[in-house]
Amino acid sequence: MSQESQRNIRCLVAKVGLDGHDRGAHVITRAFRDAGFEVIYSGLHKAPEEIVQAAVQEDVDVLGISILSGAHNTLVPKIVEGLQEYDAFEDTLIIVGGIIPEEDREGLQEEGVDAIFGPGTPMEETIEFIRENVQPRD
Amino acid sequence: MATQDAPDLVDDLLAGKHRALARTITKIENRSAGYRDIVSALYPHTGDADVVGITGSPGSGKSTLVDKMAKQYRDAGEEVGVIAVDPSSPFTGGAVLGDRIRMASTSTDMDVFFRSMSARGSLGGLSTATADAVKALDAFGKDKIIVETVGAGQSEVDIVKTADTVAVLVPPSSGDDVQMLKAGILEIGDVFVVNKADLTGADKTVTELKNMLDMREADPGDWTPEVVETVAKSGEGVENFLGVLDDHTDWLDESGRREQQRHQRHAEELRNLLREDASDLLADELAARGGIDELVERIDAGETTPYDIADDVVGPLADCLEAQRD
Repeated sequence: MSQESQRNIRCLVAKVGLDGHDRGAHVITRAFRDAGFEVIYSGLHKAPEEIVQAAVQEDVDVLGISILSGAHNTLVPKIVEGLQEYDAFEDTLIIVGGIIPEEDREGLQEEGVDAIFGPGTPMEETIEFIRENVQPRD
Repeated sequence: MATQDAPDLVDDLLAGKHRALARTITKIENRSAGYRDIVSALYPHTGDADVVGITGSPGSGKSTLVDKMAKQYRDAGEEVGVIAVDPSSPFTGGAVLGDRIRMASTSTDMDVFFRSMSARGSLGGLSTATADAVKALDAFGKDKIIVETVGAGQSEVDIVKTADTVAVLVPPSSGDDVQMLKAGILEIGDVFVVNKADLTGADKTVTELKNMLDMREADPGDWTPEVVETVAKSGEGVENFLGVLDDHTDWLDESGRREQQRHQRHAEELRNLLREDASDLLADELAARGGIDELVERIDAGETTPYDIADDVVGPLADCLEAQRD
């Protein structure tokens, strides 16, 4: 009863690499906020190391990577590697949004991506997935 | 997995593991079970960092200035911690924590530890949580810690008061902002920064500020607040600003005010903790009596008053304490 802990889901919305399309990331950021999440937005053109730094320091429960450039097969593994280096991979839910061709999906999931949401995914579906799969920080 | 024993976490933090520092701050923010033991264990390792509080209205350039400060500190070989507090929605609890985006000069430098915090929870514990997060950064070995918050209300004022030195940012040529200063912020600033000093009206704002500061009542031996001009975006004036911060730090040491400040801060921390604990204790008691709603219904029905119920609930506690006192 006493000392009830107050926790919110923390989420980093990340734009990585040479990809200037951030409309989707902005929409997601707002939707997450309205769902009661604490959202940190990385800003555009971030290097994988910057995303790792932010995810580690902010201790986010969820890392949402938005990629529309087609460079996911190089960028995502670099981020995963960085998270592993700081012991932050295991308990971070990693989701990827954007344009990911069907044939690349399995590979990304083997790398450690928990879910991929393509264009047209209803926002509620993504939010519901996060609520159900986020690993509780005590 | 996600859970880590408190002593291990403290050891890892002291050993310089970033993940442990991040997790510690999460525990502090969430008030997770055991966070108090962690902060207690960190306490002996604190006291070495200089803590600067930065406040100012939205859009005054706080985050950009913090970025430039961090860069200069890093160039001087110092390790930096930043805590940026942003408002959260009172309706959903959600928040967009956007200050990190301005930290362009030091990105990928892990020796700048930047953490966003939302002003969540209305229990008034925000300044406690911020102060505890500062302790975690201090114990980790950061030399300079910057606490950044939008200067809008009492809770923000309470946050920056946990810093050794407080800088207030004022955008030029905004009569309204100088008006805002009257509302209690003029008293807390050690340094006033007229940022965006390349804009017209900066000179006038500097003069106005100086006039207002001249009018304030000060005791002999008090620090005289300084007014500096910066253009955070280009970095102009930042070095001078940091020089003034150092002057203030020196003054704290020479005047003996640092000890005084520490004493006051410890007293404030203790008061806050006691208030929280007492309120938890009473929440338990209310639950045991059937919950607050049931009691309130009796007030609604005109059977009793809040005063009578408060006396009724606190009475036994007071008796108990009295009996225990020697």
